[in-house]
Amino acid sequence: MNPAANIIPLFVIIPLAGAFLTSFIAKRFRCVSDVIGNITTLALVIISLWAIKIFNTHGILVYSVGAWKPPIGIALVLDGLAVFMVVTVNVVAFLISLFAIDYMAKFTSKWKFYTLFLLMLAGMNGVVITGDLFNLFVFLEIAFVASIALVAFGTGKHELEAAFKYAVMGTLGSLFILLGIVFLYSFTSTLNMADMAVILATKGAGKNIIAMTTVLFLMGFGLKAALVPFHAWLPDAHPSAPAPISAMLSGIIIKSLGIYALCRVLINVIGLTAEVQHILLILGTLSMVVGVFLAIGQWDLKRLLAYHSISQIGYVVLGIALGTPLGILGGLFHLFNHSIFKSLLFLNSGALEYATGTRDLKHMGGLMKKMPVTGSTNLIASMSIAGIPPFNGFWSKLIIIIAAVQAGQLWYAFWAVVASVLTLASFTKVMKYAYFGKMGKDLGDIKEVPLTMRISMSIFALLCLCGGILLIPGVLDSFLIPAVMVIKSGITQALIVMGSIG
Amino acid sequence: MSKEHQPGMSLIVRTITRLTVGLIVLYGIYIVSHGHVSPGGGFAGGVIIALSFVHLMLAYGKDLALQKLPKGVSSFFESMGAILFLSLALLGFTGGYFFLNFISKGQPFRLFSAGIIPLANIAISLKVGAGLFAIFIALVILKFESEK
Amino acid sequence: MTVYLLCFILFSVGLYCMLRKRNIIKIIVGIIIAEYATNLFFILVAYRREGRSPIYSPDQTIVNMVDALPQAVVLTAIVIGLASTALLVALAIRIYDKYGTFDITRIRELRG
Repeated sequence: MNPAANIIPLFVIIPLAGAFLTSFIAKRFRCVSDVIGNITTLALVIISLWAIKIFNTHGILVYSVGAWKPPIGIALVLDGLAVFMVVTVNVVAFLISLFAIDYMAKFTSKWKFYTLFLLMLAGMNGVVITGDLFNLFVFLEIAFVASIALVAFGTGKHELEAAFKYAVMGTLGSLFILLGIVFLYSFTSTLNMADMAVILATKGAGKNIIAMTTVLFLMGFGLKAALVPFHAWLPDAHPSAPAPISAMLSGIIIKSLGIYALCRVLINVIGLTAEVQHILLILGTLSMVVGVFLAIGQWDLKRLLAYHSISQIGYVVLGIALGTPLGILGGLFHLFNHSIFKSLLFLNSGALEYATGTRDLKHMGGLMKKMPVTGSTNLIASMSIAGIPPFNGFWSKLIIIIAAVQAGQLWYAFWAVVASVLTLASFTKVMKYAYFGKMGKDLGDIKEVPLTMRISMSIFALLCLCGGILLIPGVLDSFLIPAVMVIKSGITQALIVMGSIG
Repeated sequence: MSKEHQPGMSLIVRTITRLTVGLIVLYGIYIVSHGHVSPGGGFAGGVIIALSFVHLMLAYGKDLALQKLPKGVSSFFESMGAILFLSLALLGFTGGYFFLNFISKGQPFRLFSAGIIPLANIAISLKVGAGLFAIFIALVILKFESEK
Repeated sequence: MTVYLLCFILFSVGLYCMLRKRNIIKIIVGIIIAEYATNLFFILVAYRREGRSPIYSPDQTIVNMVDALPQAVVLTAIVIGLASTALLVALAIRIYDKYGTFDITRIRELRG
């Protein structure tokens, strides 16, 4: 085993150790939870950026836990897609945890927040780096249960109702995923993903079992990723959570637990057929259109942002389901961009709520003069999500639309353009009512938000501005192209992983 | 959960509880420590140990159960079990791999054998036992806003 | 074959409870039943002909054992189910405190 592969388990060890230490020490000393939480996430950011360099020099790395060789033991795999997701998850988590230092001071027990937050982060990192199907399910459940408790953190009326709806629908999704895993195990008698792909290809699975497991996984992971027939929990859960948790939910969880796991299982293990591609295209387009039409009539700021999340996830699924390398590149790049600008939008709404105490757009107005940092970062994020050059949202949407036209799917490209125009209209409304115009009547004394919140929002805005750098040919080859290659190669990826063991 | 009950149950239930609670804890410890030679292990043993305290709470009322195992002690044991488990896994790095079995494996069917598995069982039983009891206590002592 | 069909009937009983009942506690019971049906199905899949339980013993000669991996997997799945159930019950108690009812048709403040 390559000694450089020792870095892989650190992604799970460090947040777990942080969570247990926080729950042990921080009950007695007040300020320790902030320190442990932020040092942990900062260490994870540094390690994930280093993992890009290690992956570019060594290629695919496989780590066998406990020195048991796969397929008997559990394997942790670091390939191109895993590196891409790990960087996205950890960078966004660090900036959000920086924001939460001051925002969560209103709630009574901050150490409970940081414990649950670090547990959720350990679960998400575990989902991304694992190479074993049941291990994926266990880490998915860890992240999901921690996120239910975080949605209900304020224990007000609306938070509890939203958390209950989220919990019931999410548990149903987990049950469907477990049933799918049972069927696959009964047919191949192994749980390792690479081994399972090889056995499915050589043994020749009948059409019935492939169809049943594909449908079960589509339902299960679709419930976690909020694709359109399964989206009913998202408009209630995302507004009711505290602002850092809304940003985590909308920015990373529906992507890491939903889209990444769906791609990994459907593309690298079972193999993508033409019918499943067609179904994914239709689901993606439905998500885009339904999300943006329902978002236009909203006056609650966070509910509007939650509906736009559904729409943008539709873009990602559309890009990945096109199947051509350009489409997959557009889909993955949009996933990265959406994490950044949607988290920034939710943090801005959190800052607005911190300063004014309300979420209703009709009661705000003219806040740009009093809150310049929040206002300008919100302007940058709105221009990113609407797709205005030169911000990062423009590049990824352009690549998806061009790829759809090149693949001959003109009808889907048309709906993508319509959704983009309606997104622009919706965010023009947000900017006008919240920041420009006359000051609202009963707002009182408004001050700018504290320093750490401003730093976190500014770094996000900087990433929004420089997002286009990822498309320069040198940087493109090291970060995005390996991830595209993993999805494009489908089942043959398993042969590469089996060759790198031992 | 809302009205003021007389704490505990009738005389027969209290007498039998007094006789059997210690045996239940002992049985739980037996299942935990023999986890590598017979079915059971950390989780099942931890649940049995927690259930003995819940048995005490059902028969005598929550005040006596909280006196035997206060909230601070149970939360200490919970964190300690988790930290012990994680440090056992990290000690595997001395052999080169995460979670490696670094203690010698011994002969099968003896009590001191099978590497780190008995130690992992003890850590898990601490966490599960304390955690399950804490869940019950948290659900019982919740004060409703309508009663305050 | 009939055993697997009965397992599916159990799962659909749980699914029916989750979808059609109006009391929160009955919805939680439906989730628990569906979870048990899934675990039971996993154990039944692991049966091998003439197999005995997968435990070594020092004095018997073992000829054939059932598959041992699903036993460990189902143990983990039971623990996950326990955590989900505990969290759902805690949420249900707090909802009763705030809303005063267990009926989900009257807990509909979030809409739009």
